[in-house]
Amino acid sequence: MEKEVMALRECYRSGKTKQMSWRRSQLRGLRDFLKEKEVEIFRALNQDLGKHYVEAFRDEVGILNKSLNFVFKELKTWMSTTEAKLPIIALNSSAQLVPEPLGLVLVISTWNFPLALSLEPLIGAIAAGNAVVLKPSELAPACSSLLVNSLPNYLDNEAIKVIEGGPAVGEQLLQQKWDKIFFTGSPRVGRIVMSAAAKHLTPVTLELGGKCPAVLDSLSRSWDKEASVKRIIWAKYGSCAGQACISVDYLLVEKAFSSTAVELMKVMIKKVFGDNPKESQSVARIINKHHFLRLKNLLTDEMVKDSIIYGGSMDEDSLFVEPTILLDPPLHSKIMTEEIFGPVIPIITLDKIEDSIDFINSRPKPLAIYAFTNNEVFKERMISETSSGSVVFNDAIVQFAADTLPFGGIGESGIGKYHGKFSFDTFSHYKSIARRNLYTDFWFRFPPWTNYKLELLETAFNYDYFGMLLVLLGLKRSRKRFHIN
Amino acid sequence: MASEMEKKEVFDTESAKDLVKELRASFGSGKTKSYEWRRTQLTAMLKMLDEEEPQIVAALREDLSKPELESSVYEIAMLKNSCRLALKELKHWMKPEKAKTSLVTFPSSAEIVSEPLGVVLVISAWNYPFLLSLDPVIGAIAAGNAIVLKPSEIAPASASLLAKLVATYLDSSCIKVVEGAVPETSALLEQKWDKIFYTGNGRVARVVMAAAAKHLTPVVLELGGKSPVIVDSDINLLVATRRIIAGKWACNNGQACISPDYIITTKDYASKLVDSFKNELEKFYGKNPLESKDLSHIVNSNHFVRLSKLLDEDNVSSKIVHGGERDKTNLMIAPTILLDVPQDSLIMNEEIFGPLLPIITVDKVEDSFDVINSSGTKPLSAYLFTNNKKLKEKFVATVSAGGLVVNDTTVHVAEHTLPFGGVGDSGIGAYHGKFSFDAFSHKKAVLYRGFACDAFVRYPPYTRGKLRFFQAFLGGSILGMIRAVLRWSKS
Repeated sequence: MEKEVMALRECYRSGKTKQMSWRRSQLRGLRDFLKEKEVEIFRALNQDLGKHYVEAFRDEVGILNKSLNFVFKELKTWMSTTEAKLPIIALNSSAQLVPEPLGLVLVISTWNFPLALSLEPLIGAIAAGNAVVLKPSELAPACSSLLVNSLPNYLDNEAIKVIEGGPAVGEQLLQQKWDKIFFTGSPRVGRIVMSAAAKHLTPVTLELGGKCPAVLDSLSRSWDKEASVKRIIWAKYGSCAGQACISVDYLLVEKAFSSTAVELMKVMIKKVFGDNPKESQSVARIINKHHFLRLKNLLTDEMVKDSIIYGGSMDEDSLFVEPTILLDPPLHSKIMTEEIFGPVIPIITLDKIEDSIDFINSRPKPLAIYAFTNNEVFKERMISETSSGSVVFNDAIVQFAADTLPFGGIGESGIGKYHGKFSFDTFSHYKSIARRNLYTDFWFRFPPWTNYKLELLETAFNYDYFGMLLVLLGLKRSRKRFHIN
Repeated sequence: MASEMEKKEVFDTESAKDLVKELRASFGSGKTKSYEWRRTQLTAMLKMLDEEEPQIVAALREDLSKPELESSVYEIAMLKNSCRLALKELKHWMKPEKAKTSLVTFPSSAEIVSEPLGVVLVISAWNYPFLLSLDPVIGAIAAGNAIVLKPSEIAPASASLLAKLVATYLDSSCIKVVEGAVPETSALLEQKWDKIFYTGNGRVARVVMAAAAKHLTPVVLELGGKSPVIVDSDINLLVATRRIIAGKWACNNGQACISPDYIITTKDYASKLVDSFKNELEKFYGKNPLESKDLSHIVNSNHFVRLSKLLDEDNVSSKIVHGGERDKTNLMIAPTILLDVPQDSLIMNEEIFGPLLPIITVDKVEDSFDVINSSGTKPLSAYLFTNNKKLKEKFVATVSAGGLVVNDTTVHVAEHTLPFGGVGDSGIGAYHGKFSFDAFSHKKAVLYRGFACDAFVRYPPYTRGKLRFFQAFLGGSILGMIRAVLRWSKS
């Protein structure tokens, strides 16, 4: 593996990946891959996760196409040098900021959106001009194979490599020296990645997870109520069956509103996912037996099973969990302390909806907070009194599709951000250039030091041009002196 | 008796835990988030720098024999500028930034809100003990955080003065100074911080980042490296020489992360360069530089011994062409220039951080780039003196460093519109000006959606029609969307 990494470094050193033409050709290659291999991609996603092809398109292929379009449009601007303003005293000088690639970067992806979470960072790394190693997750084997076998036909294999494997391969990769590591996955592994990066002082972006709460205010208009509930249940069950870092993990409602909410949810689930979501594939599968059993344990927990008020059936053979609702499980139960990552939604009832702020703040900072409300004061409070990667009002998950919003976590939910230009930035180093000429010089810059020089330098540093003039003319009163030479 | 016992109180893990708990409570109260609090602290700091200047200068003289001018200008004046800039721009920095939204989330509006990270740790260095402690603190205050500052024990008078001044002038319920050395720093590093800002060397930086990794704490690491200077031949040699001297010996006697570390020039030009240095050095520091009051001393005997070792190595000591005088008692080494030391010598393989300047010669000036890139590490800064436009372009394109300067040294550090930080081994992250505010902020994305348009297409049951719609929608094609909807209604 060391040989492979060295070869990639050599390729990067040749300067090839820095060229705009190279970057564009690779991005075109990705676009072609998504277009020509669409059927294989849908098949692989269906095989690994039971995703319906429309869901696969909406959440993975379509998103990637949108991102590629955005990059094609903006790349030239992003790559350009920007002028930095300088104060008047810096006469005859200029300064610029030049983005340059970091070099050789490692992208470690995950299993729930195996295409999107592999290729979206890859797009950023390529756009920024880096050589890249991509390690897809072995837990989504069909997708991993597809990436390893087909992607190289569309990209420059000297500069971009896809390496398959499990934890052992991951460990080997982490021992190499990278110029950046981009990791999507769990906080536990995030710590391992960052510790490994620390040995080489490698900067990292960690896209982790957490329990993203949805807060449902007591809405009055039925249109609003229906739209909210529909969006909440869609964000819970409709995207990879709740196995998404930005899924709604649990719901907070006022006690008085909870029965309305629950009834509406039951109706909506039937309406949206149909009578047989397993058949219609409108709800995806659990990724593997390990996670299936994990979810089973969460639900069959003594403390929890009595709070199941809807759904609850699980089929181990087909790794299918029915959309399930819980009402007020104990707050110290596992299902309320671990990220659920499955199609189960606990509803916690509160006395007043404003209590949701303290509830959220007493727990680790989530990747996103979803607040469904028309109360402007409450919205303000939610923004200023809680901390999360993002806040979305009256919807969920869609922030993932916005190219102009930074996507990333804080605290336990992650370090760094990407999407749109933030992807380009996360894989770039902004090098500052200060340019001077050799004509003018401030003679008072140089020793031997005197009070006079001190006065001039101080006025210069304070941009106090008038003061400087006074000093030069000998008109400025000299400040109190203390033990100079 | 009681106060003596207080002084001897050990700062251990328990103390660190309590400290963080106290600060989390302060931060949790929301006090540091208010504009007023941030303003008051910054104004108080400005007052402190004004009123306490003589004490600060005295402490720096005690720790480093730093000339008063260097203290006043490179530490205090720079800090005052940072405070003033933050005060001027604070409202603007704190304002949420509107973000454009596209068809994909229509109808919606969005903004990016800057919020403080929470409770942050700033670990500072000994060479510019005030600047490197308070400049990051200014950024952390501006961004609304609660702060613990751990100044370097290698500059003890400065550390102790910082502790006293911060307690006197700033809000000590939210901003604290912890003095100490390795045990105290380790105790602090075991805690969970919302950000750690470290200035220092690569070895300790790895320890800091490994500690941060346990809590998934983001870091800024301001490190160093060997900042090279390329000197071309067709230039105003006098001005270039002076500027190199200003960046090397007039900056804490070479003990600065951005000091020119070594020079690369052509074989033909080297002797002219050396002569120019000899002349100017004498003009600046006199015939007896060991006694000049305009030069800082070496900070302690460890570093003195380290630097002496660099000079005494075989095949190196014979290459001294100027200087080399040492005064062990006063921890002083004169400005020293060496010519053509071997590439594998110690002095060419570690950051010098002292008044020794090796000159490496090459055949053509373009060969300099290979010399720099062959080291395999990216320095904090790189400097080029030339009038040749092509050479400047090649420099910018091939040399990767935190920051580059053409025809001068070190000035980029005073420019607040330029991010100051390293890349690769020279560091992670950047600060100065608004970059300081950003370094200590979390940029939270906020998306506002209405209930009006609920795109039924995103919900199951999934059909080919919906697929076609998505293809058009995510592709940004309104026409495609219309067509998809029409085909629907037909089928």
